[in-house]
Amino acid sequence: MVETTAAAARARAGIDIGGTFTDIAIEANGVVHSAKVLTDRERPERGVLQGLQAAARTAGVAPGELALLIHGTTLATNALIERRGARAGFVTTRGFRDVLEMRTESRFEQYDLNIQLPPALVPRIDRLTLAERIDAQGRVLVAPEQSEIEALCATIEERGYASVAIGFIHSYMNDAHEQRMREALAKRLPGLEISISSEVSPQMREYERFNTVCANAYVKPLIKSYLRRLVDELGAIGVGCPLFLMHSGGGIIGVESAAEFPVRLVESGPAGGAVFAADIARRYGLDRVLSYDMGGTTAKICLIEQQTPKTARTFEVARTWRFKKGSGMPISIPVVEMVEIGAGGGSIASVDLMGRIRVGPRSAGSEPGPACYGRGGSEPTVTDADLLLGRIDPHDFAGGSMTLDSAAANGAVERAVGAPLGLDGEAASYGIAEMVDENMANAGRVHAVENGKELADFTMICFGGAGPLHAARLCEKMGIDRFLVPPGAGVGSAIGFLRAPFGYESVRSRLTPLHDFDADAVNALLDAMRAEAAAFVAQGGGDAEQLTECTAYMRYAGQGWEIPVAIEPGGYAAGDERKVARAFAEAYTRFFGRPVEGAMIEIVSFALKVATRLPPTPTLELAREGRPARPRGSRRLFEPGEGRFVDAAVFARDALEAGAELAGPAVVVEDETATILTTGSLAVVQADGCLLVLRRKGEG
Amino acid sequence: MAKGLDDIHMQVMWNRLISVVEEQALTLVRTAFSTSVREAGDLSAGVFDVAGRMLAQAVTGTPGHVNAMAESVGHFITDIGPGNILENDVYITNDPWKGTGHLHDVTVVTPVFRKRALIGYFACTAHVVDVGGRGFGPDGRDVHEEGLFIPIMKLFREGAVNRDLILIVRANVREADKVVGDLYALAACNETGMKRLFAMMDEFGFDDLDGIGSFILERSDRATRALIAELPRGRHTNAMTLDGYDEPVHLAVTLEIEEDRIKADFTGTSEVSRWGINVPLVYCKAYACYGLKCVVAPEIPNNAASLAPFEISAPPGCILNAEPPAPVSVRHVLGHFVPDLVMGALAGALPDRVPAEGSGALWNIQFSVRPLPSNTTGRPAEMLLFNSGGTGARPTLDGLNATAFPSGVMTMPAEATEQVGPLVVWRKELRDGSGGAGRHRGGLGQVIEIAAANGYEIAFNAMFDRTNHPARGRKGGRPGRAGTVGLDDGTKLAPKGRQSVPVGRRLVLGMPGGGGHGDPRERAPASIEADLAHDYIEAAQRADYEPRN
Repeated sequence: MVETTAAAARARAGIDIGGTFTDIAIEANGVVHSAKVLTDRERPERGVLQGLQAAARTAGVAPGELALLIHGTTLATNALIERRGARAGFVTTRGFRDVLEMRTESRFEQYDLNIQLPPALVPRIDRLTLAERIDAQGRVLVAPEQSEIEALCATIEERGYASVAIGFIHSYMNDAHEQRMREALAKRLPGLEISISSEVSPQMREYERFNTVCANAYVKPLIKSYLRRLVDELGAIGVGCPLFLMHSGGGIIGVESAAEFPVRLVESGPAGGAVFAADIARRYGLDRVLSYDMGGTTAKICLIEQQTPKTARTFEVARTWRFKKGSGMPISIPVVEMVEIGAGGGSIASVDLMGRIRVGPRSAGSEPGPACYGRGGSEPTVTDADLLLGRIDPHDFAGGSMTLDSAAANGAVERAVGAPLGLDGEAASYGIAEMVDENMANAGRVHAVENGKELADFTMICFGGAGPLHAARLCEKMGIDRFLVPPGAGVGSAIGFLRAPFGYESVRSRLTPLHDFDADAVNALLDAMRAEAAAFVAQGGGDAEQLTECTAYMRYAGQGWEIPVAIEPGGYAAGDERKVARAFAEAYTRFFGRPVEGAMIEIVSFALKVATRLPPTPTLELAREGRPARPRGSRRLFEPGEGRFVDAAVFARDALEAGAELAGPAVVVEDETATILTTGSLAVVQADGCLLVLRRKGEG
Repeated sequence: MAKGLDDIHMQVMWNRLISVVEEQALTLVRTAFSTSVREAGDLSAGVFDVAGRMLAQAVTGTPGHVNAMAESVGHFITDIGPGNILENDVYITNDPWKGTGHLHDVTVVTPVFRKRALIGYFACTAHVVDVGGRGFGPDGRDVHEEGLFIPIMKLFREGAVNRDLILIVRANVREADKVVGDLYALAACNETGMKRLFAMMDEFGFDDLDGIGSFILERSDRATRALIAELPRGRHTNAMTLDGYDEPVHLAVTLEIEEDRIKADFTGTSEVSRWGINVPLVYCKAYACYGLKCVVAPEIPNNAASLAPFEISAPPGCILNAEPPAPVSVRHVLGHFVPDLVMGALAGALPDRVPAEGSGALWNIQFSVRPLPSNTTGRPAEMLLFNSGGTGARPTLDGLNATAFPSGVMTMPAEATEQVGPLVVWRKELRDGSGGAGRHRGGLGQVIEIAAANGYEIAFNAMFDRTNHPARGRKGGRPGRAGTVGLDDGTKLAPKGRQSVPVGRRLVLGMPGGGGHGDPRERAPASIEADLAHDYIEAAQRADYEPRN
């Protein structure tokens, strides 16, 4: 206890508000203490305070002793999914009133005549237009009349919008008209929240940019007032340290920036999970990692190379139709890129017209939950199948806090899947597990193809309540030879927040054909981007050393898909385009096998990331063998490779010491999940508590 | 348990095979130069057994390739000749009658050998940027005017590229680099499929497609025929009149729903046109199957067995069964109406499942942009834009505004269009009041206004329909508004053929709305008020929804 004060001086807290739980992780003196409380949907800050105080007590730290808080939240995401945002107005270019509503003019499902497209965030009546126009090169074609701007301001005042978005065509090339409209509005309506597209998302493609600025305007009043209440209440319990927020790109920004650009908070929780996995990768010096997070409703997969989660410039949120690509809305901001599929413990299994087992995306959620929960769920879920296959012990679930009903699980599985196919409950369960693993493996493989990667030499880092139950089979299907299950996986995102750099990525579209490369113009653009990003980083990172990385999104002129190419973040001179062209040709070859001879090359967008350098972590060697550990007991476990039940050893994870070696078939049980080892595989407990699972002894 | 596990393994492999062809298609989308492939998903990819029967196909942007590509592999086997199919070969054609309906679609087929034995084929199809001739438009008088015709032949002979063919292609097309790039992309896409198939065969331990093939085909056949057996048997007809090029075109269909099949015959349809709006039978079949499947068996994946119960025929020489050397460049225009035509007949049997008619054909515009003589630094550009009208109202839902049906393609953002070439899109928004009145309202069309950028002039190939024949409503629903083609000064232009836009003027297209479904007087008052508030309908249209005395 003597050391408390010294420890507290460095104590930092990660706070993750999810849809169901609010997780807190406090790190003090190198040890992580966590707490998990139910999310308070009305007043999320109450859950945060409750969890923070609980974790602080465990850690022996007073709230006033915390040195830093880092927060991520699904509040913005949920407001978009549940349409609980503000009534917002949208001012756009005359002739483009319906960009938000016309979307891509396509159907996300080819054969369903009854699909419904998600309604626009801002309905037609609230979309106003201004006669103005800028061309693709940023030149003014039509300058707006001041009188019309004033008339629009009057309409907006009269309608009483809480928040207004402004998005004009080609404003990513020239923001003058958006600025003029904003100034006029701010002058007339000083309290009004205004978001402009050239600041929120200066990227080409009007549907994505307009939707992003409208999403920002839509969630801004809600997030701003939440953050204000949180800061006040934290102050009231004596927290005096600064609050920072995790953003979707895997970095951290200040609370003021977050309140101004709340759309950047979308997907901050999953980003934290990816940062958590990246930190494990860094610790072991692993350059090629796939993070895999499987919870109750969905599974998320992210590529992490050179210890950096892969990022993209745009993503889709709030899918409304069976997680189908295209059924949500695009958000164009830098984001940790993940594939998310409707496959989780609660995913419901059924049999289709061709006698094929289908799993998800429909989920039983936590209420009524899987049949085995005995809360009225009658449809079979992945958790029910896992139970019948021996992966879950009915008497030792969630740390023994709940006894599962195997008979109910068996009844549900036999009724909905077994009977139509003439299978018993166990064979049907095997079918359900195979299908869900197959779906995840297919999504992972396609994601790898999209990024020009082969998964064979990757290491999987898995977490989430259902992740370790399925990791072994999933790895077999993806051809991956080893996976790691880190400790603390149940609050992975909150821990991840503590590992994130202060970082910000600026993205700008600027079509730059290499045969027309203007070194001065590119330097000026990159300098402006660096200044923007560095200002964000300085808010939290202070004088810490900053790293700058630049990515050009490039293609052959005429193609529609750009690939990321790492380039120098500035200092270009005439003739340097040849270097850029060479880098592109190399990247293209990595993706697609061979370059295209003679075609012209162009840069479409630039992304410039500034981040503080992370403190060096000692690189640990992965221990591949150890001393055999004694199992706690044994249980009947289905072995998918052999197609039969075998006797599997059972180990309690918290009783295993570093250096323990376990041989499959086995189950390693912990409170929130269990890790399954298949026959022939081997697990070794690492010095930091991570469980390394190798497909066969001596491999990996 | 063993028998049950075998079944599960087969299901897993079926899933995997679909994933294999999805990866195959994705490779093509990422590497293609053709706008319609990358932006619009105008491509197809699939795997076939050794007899040329399609086992799995990627779900992509265009149903038009579905059945068409499914049949093409049989032609390749016949024309290359069984003894001449060798390891590391790759075959090619753009034969409209053996491929997918016009010269712009190139189909590439790769035989798959495992342990020296031929076990199946991968095939893919994509719309390439150019094939020479007159370019993408309806003005050719025969297929020879429409561009370079590549009969079924080898693109690679045992791994060596056919240089003669590449030279001929280069000499005959505009933008040769992009077209040749696309040929390589097609071959690479089959290679990806093959690599994934081999990995799957290694994992599951099998060396041919016989077992999994018969499992897929038996299950699909049984499921499709079971759904057909549930339908009331009978004979139903439908007919539809469209603008055509220089005279109206009449399409007619007779459906016979039998116990285990649906026959669709297009007797009564107009004769072939002198213009390139004609449709090879293979393309008509593709869209007929698509329309029938949407209503009858939407959840069954496409393969030889799930398509077989739909038997399609049309008299030779009618506009839906045009024979060589008829011009067929814009066969999509009439082809896109085939689903509404067959679904309209199906409405006789299934009145509660079939939507009203929609705008149908995409309003594709092929622009040629040229610098004016005073502009000495400008470069010419060829640009293809996709735009959609409204879909028909559904029995329980309004139609979709400005959304493609039956095509699944996406539009291009105006900002991307203007970055590619010297055009200015001045307006692209919903066309107020264009949806047909009904208990459920038809989807709205859109208005688009486009002009050349300063210093340029434009000509365009028009291929628009429903300017004189709007989408009809169903069950008392009213028709959608017809399409319009003109200039911003009110001048009317022709809906088909090549025309110029005078310097300083804008091209204005008003795309058709979808038909309404059900009596408009039964529409919920709150929906009518909302439609008025949002300008989906115009004030004068309120009368359409009020009791008529």
